Amino acid sequence: MQWDVVIGLEIHVQLATNSKIFSGSSTAYGAEPNTQANAVDLAMPGTLPVPNEGAFRDAVMFGLAIDAEIGRRSVFERKNYFYPDLPKGYQTTQLEQPIVGPGHVEIDLPDGSSKTIRIHHAHLEEDAGKSLHEDFHGMSGIDLNRAGTPLIEVVTEPDMRSAEEAVAFAKKLHSLVTSLGICDGDMSQGSMRFDVNISLRPKGQEAFGTRTETKNLNSFRFMEQAIAHEVERQMDILEDGGEIIQETRLYNGDRDESRSMRSKEEANDYRYFPCPDLLPVEIDDSFIDDCRSRLPELPDARKARFKEQYGLNDYDAGLLSGDARLAAFFEEVAEHGKDAKLAANWTLGEFSGRLNAEDKAINDAPISGAQLGNLIVRIADDSVSSAGAKKVFEALWSGDGDNVDAIIEAKGLKQVSDTGELEKLVDDVLAGMADQIQQYREADDKKRKKLMGGFMGPLMKASKGQGNPKLFTEILKKKLED
Amino acid sequence: MSISRDDIEKVALLARIRVNDQQVAELEQDLGNILDLVDQLQAADTSNTAPMAHPLDAVQRLRADEVTETNQREAYQAIAPATEAGLYLVPKVID
Repeated sequence: MQWDVVIGLEIHVQLATNSKIFSGSSTAYGAEPNTQANAVDLAMPGTLPVPNEGAFRDAVMFGLAIDAEIGRRSVFERKNYFYPDLPKGYQTTQLEQPIVGPGHVEIDLPDGSSKTIRIHHAHLEEDAGKSLHEDFHGMSGIDLNRAGTPLIEVVTEPDMRSAEEAVAFAKKLHSLVTSLGICDGDMSQGSMRFDVNISLRPKGQEAFGTRTETKNLNSFRFMEQAIAHEVERQMDILEDGGEIIQETRLYNGDRDESRSMRSKEEANDYRYFPCPDLLPVEIDDSFIDDCRSRLPELPDARKARFKEQYGLNDYDAGLLSGDARLAAFFEEVAEHGKDAKLAANWTLGEFSGRLNAEDKAINDAPISGAQLGNLIVRIADDSVSSAGAKKVFEALWSGDGDNVDAIIEAKGLKQVSDTGELEKLVDDVLAGMADQIQQYREADDKKRKKLMGGFMGPLMKASKGQGNPKLFTEILKKKLED
Repeated sequence: MSISRDDIEKVALLARIRVNDQQVAELEQDLGNILDLVDQLQAADTSNTAPMAHPLDAVQRLRADEVTETNQREAYQAIAPATEAGLYLVPKVID
């Protein structure tokens, strides 16, 4: 049977505020355990929460960015469950009146088409602490530094139909929240966590099938794998005539396995009620206007501008505009390098490739946009060949010099573009290649192209790699074909 | 409206409150009375009343996003039953 895959996502986005959502504790990552957990975070008796204006500002900015209705009156509720990393015995969250109402996000698909994914709502809530299950004499260790870190949980409609679409959406959301500056986007530190709801239905059927929820995926790759795994699992069950049980599952990316979290299902009665400790929060026009005035250029607008301003194609513009830091780097390269197409190629090629290979963030790159821009200038004016330029890039990256012209000079990479000098070299080399010349003259066009390489090798060698290959080719052609 | 023994036992479990048979019988009576009162309230016409999230007619004050707390771990952990390496220790939990 042919199956339709139906996917909806819930995404926890950690907000990049200085302090927690209901207390003045720091939210900085990586502190000593429990040094950023105060009386409110620990749920000491007699303490009261006071909401953080910054968390509301971040949430409203997100709402404006996805074209959503902003909740003018938003109410906190208690979601009750017991777990040691949740000291209060409930999570303060929003249910009936969230801060962000329905909105939408456009995603670009690899085939060049785009699709609208509807956002059901996004609400503010607090993060829990962390449980460490290493052996502490048969006990678990609890670190509450993360408890109370502000989150927005973004809930989509079940609008995605493949792992590819779900990943495209996840990446777009990542690009959006990092561009807004409301989240640092560092997935390895849990700044964004994805829960994936998946169901299958026979092709053509309107009604959705029973869904499962796979929780806490913290990378795009794991998300893609987890979806593939779960689709396969459900398909096997359905094709054997079985039924899908609505449940929460945990995916283990290292083993490509998932298992049911039954214990969680049993307690899945959260008895929500409005939090008596917190009054309704009212958001007025001036607050919303202030948030709107803080909106930076968003990825879609940036992409359009890159196409317009730099003449980039859709694909390159999409790649360069998605990440705010990469976009800023590219613009610096283009500004110094003048040639936008070369700037795009080098930013996306050599530069991004090197970052990925070394698992480095853009801010940690040992080469600046201005340096790469200066190199582009030398590529564009033929001072250096593309092979030579790669050597310059390498030197810049490894700290073997920081000035492009000085490196070209020191390493003897200056490309010779003096026609007289090159012609002399061509004459010298051709003098010893009578057979090959004969062969070339008798060949047809297609074959000639292949034979050119036989001349270029010795020529590049004779010029110590410094001859301009484009000029060499022109001179050669003239000499061979006249 | 009445409440069943099963309901009481389920709510007690969710709230992690241990109740014995005699308490369940008493709670059946007490909670039943409360629910009867709720039934009376249900009779009121609320078609023109907005749901209320809080009894006070006031809105929440927000605080500026500033770190105002310092590390007081030692003081908090002095009253914890068990700690190690800065962590609070609890009976092992594996979900």
